[in-house]
Amino acid sequence: MALFEARGLHKRFGDQVVLEEINLAFEAGSLSGIMGPNGAGKTTCFNVLTGRYRPDRGSVRFDGDDITGWAPHRIVRRGISRSFQIMNLFDEYSALDNVVVALPSVRSRSFDVLHAIDADSEAQDRAETILDRVGLRGRERVNVRSLSYGERRALEIGVALATDPRLLFVDEPTAGLGTGATARLAELIQELKRHTTIVMIEHDMRFLFGLADRISVIHWGQVIAEGTPDELRENPWVRRSNLGGLA
Amino acid sequence: MDYDIKQTTAWVTGPILLSLVLFGTMPFWIEAVGLYQYLGVEVLIWVIFALGFNLLLGYTGLPSFGHGAFLGIGAYAFGLAQFEVWPNLWFCLAASVVVTALFGAVTALFLSHRRGIYFALMSIAFGQIFYFIASKWTDVTHGEDGLLNIQRLPVELGFAQLSIRDNAELYYLCFAIYAVLVIVLWRLTNSPFGRLLRAIKQNETRVAFVGYPVTLYKWAVFTLSCAIAGLAGGLFAMAQEGAYINVMSLQWSGIVVLMVLIGGGFVSFWGPVLGVALYFVARDVLGAYTDTWLLWFGLMFVVLVMFKPQGLAGIWQDLSRRRAAERPGRTASAGMEG
Repeated sequence: MALFEARGLHKRFGDQVVLEEINLAFEAGSLSGIMGPNGAGKTTCFNVLTGRYRPDRGSVRFDGDDITGWAPHRIVRRGISRSFQIMNLFDEYSALDNVVVALPSVRSRSFDVLHAIDADSEAQDRAETILDRVGLRGRERVNVRSLSYGERRALEIGVALATDPRLLFVDEPTAGLGTGATARLAELIQELKRHTTIVMIEHDMRFLFGLADRISVIHWGQVIAEGTPDELRENPWVRRSNLGGLA
Repeated sequence: MDYDIKQTTAWVTGPILLSLVLFGTMPFWIEAVGLYQYLGVEVLIWVIFALGFNLLLGYTGLPSFGHGAFLGIGAYAFGLAQFEVWPNLWFCLAASVVVTALFGAVTALFLSHRRGIYFALMSIAFGQIFYFIASKWTDVTHGEDGLLNIQRLPVELGFAQLSIRDNAELYYLCFAIYAVLVIVLWRLTNSPFGRLLRAIKQNETRVAFVGYPVTLYKWAVFTLSCAIAGLAGGLFAMAQEGAYINVMSLQWSGIVVLMVLIGGGFVSFWGPVLGVALYFVARDVLGAYTDTWLLWFGLMFVVLVMFKPQGLAGIWQDLSRRRAAERPGRTASAGMEG
């Protein structure tokens, strides 16, 4: 059975149906891609899968549990984390503090009102390791506002990783990145893939096709095609819509 | 705008000591500078109230605009506990804290899943509800007349009993409570809990998406802030020797916001202390010259918001940074840390 499975998800806002009928399954250890034109419902789909919105119909299962309609913090504690397309960091904190706040060990003492986190060297070390992993070594004490755009994108993923997820959702990680930064990001995701199941929304098709094991194409709120990158290159719809852009 | 990033592990810092020395010696010099003992009592009580309020406004970014209601509830609770149950200082102060915290906890159930303007409007609504209950439920609160003849109960220490009838004596009770509270709040704002509050201010959504039940933390800090307001209210009832409805009004709820903002509660732990001191000094010094002192105080507020929204503490931080920059090799002064 798949690690994560969504069945028949339906979501509407007012009279606008955004997700019609979404069926997705992600296997443990795989990297799955989600693609589709702008406004197809990809980010809404992520928001439903990670608890930001409750689906109107359908179910979401993770590792044997029905997590449909769970609040985001419960889903995170169950082992699912996400990064955001529009950056969503703690802007007044240093890179290190952004990661520290997200650590489960720090979370478990969040009602501690007497001791300083800075005195918790284990948490500091753990956070430094994570920053090192996402390529921010040496930038730990820099305030988020002073980080470059690419560094903030990396930190986005670092914060998501800090919660120690078994399944990581990544929303358009390359958005706005130059070629150099995109290449570094590809390396990072290759490396993460060895430990974590990943689901990624991505517009950069070369990037996505190079990394993903399987890809789902979402359009009009439905999954209209699904398969390995090679299968999808041959898919008539993908070819026609030029989404592939690879031929 | 935010507090210094660096957290401290110290229980007592330079600024805390300075405040303890200044407040601790105040009864000896306040009359020499042309002011009077009761002013010191008022300042300390409002400092306690404002420090607790700033946990919401400054640290968690929750615009609570009906907080005066909880000061009033604390004062009524003190009076009623004294008249109806047991006229013992510690018991009555505990009653102020517990009763107000309960009111706060129930209110927070309705507020803690709101944010921004909706939070602000709901907090005003609840403040008004409590205000009108207090004004109409005359059997309990005596309405517009207020609860009169609340006694300044002696401080029972087991081995001794200290009178606090005199203003300077009452001042030292307030000072002792301030001294404990300021250290506890300093630790709290520099703890994992405090850091989480600041994270909620910066990005509530992300806090939820790294695994925290944000609503619970907002509920907890609101309740805590109300408990502190209740403590201040109990002291206020003794200071005024009565519990009156006016502090529960929207206007007084606004004044504590004004104090905290002018002082710089958004950027410094000490903002509320500076703001309260400035307010009362302005009231008495400007007030000696003109009845329209509040107009001038209001104008000062407008100017500050336009040119230096970080308030007095922000100005101080700029000055000490500039000083530090002029003296290379030395780090920024710790004068206003936190």
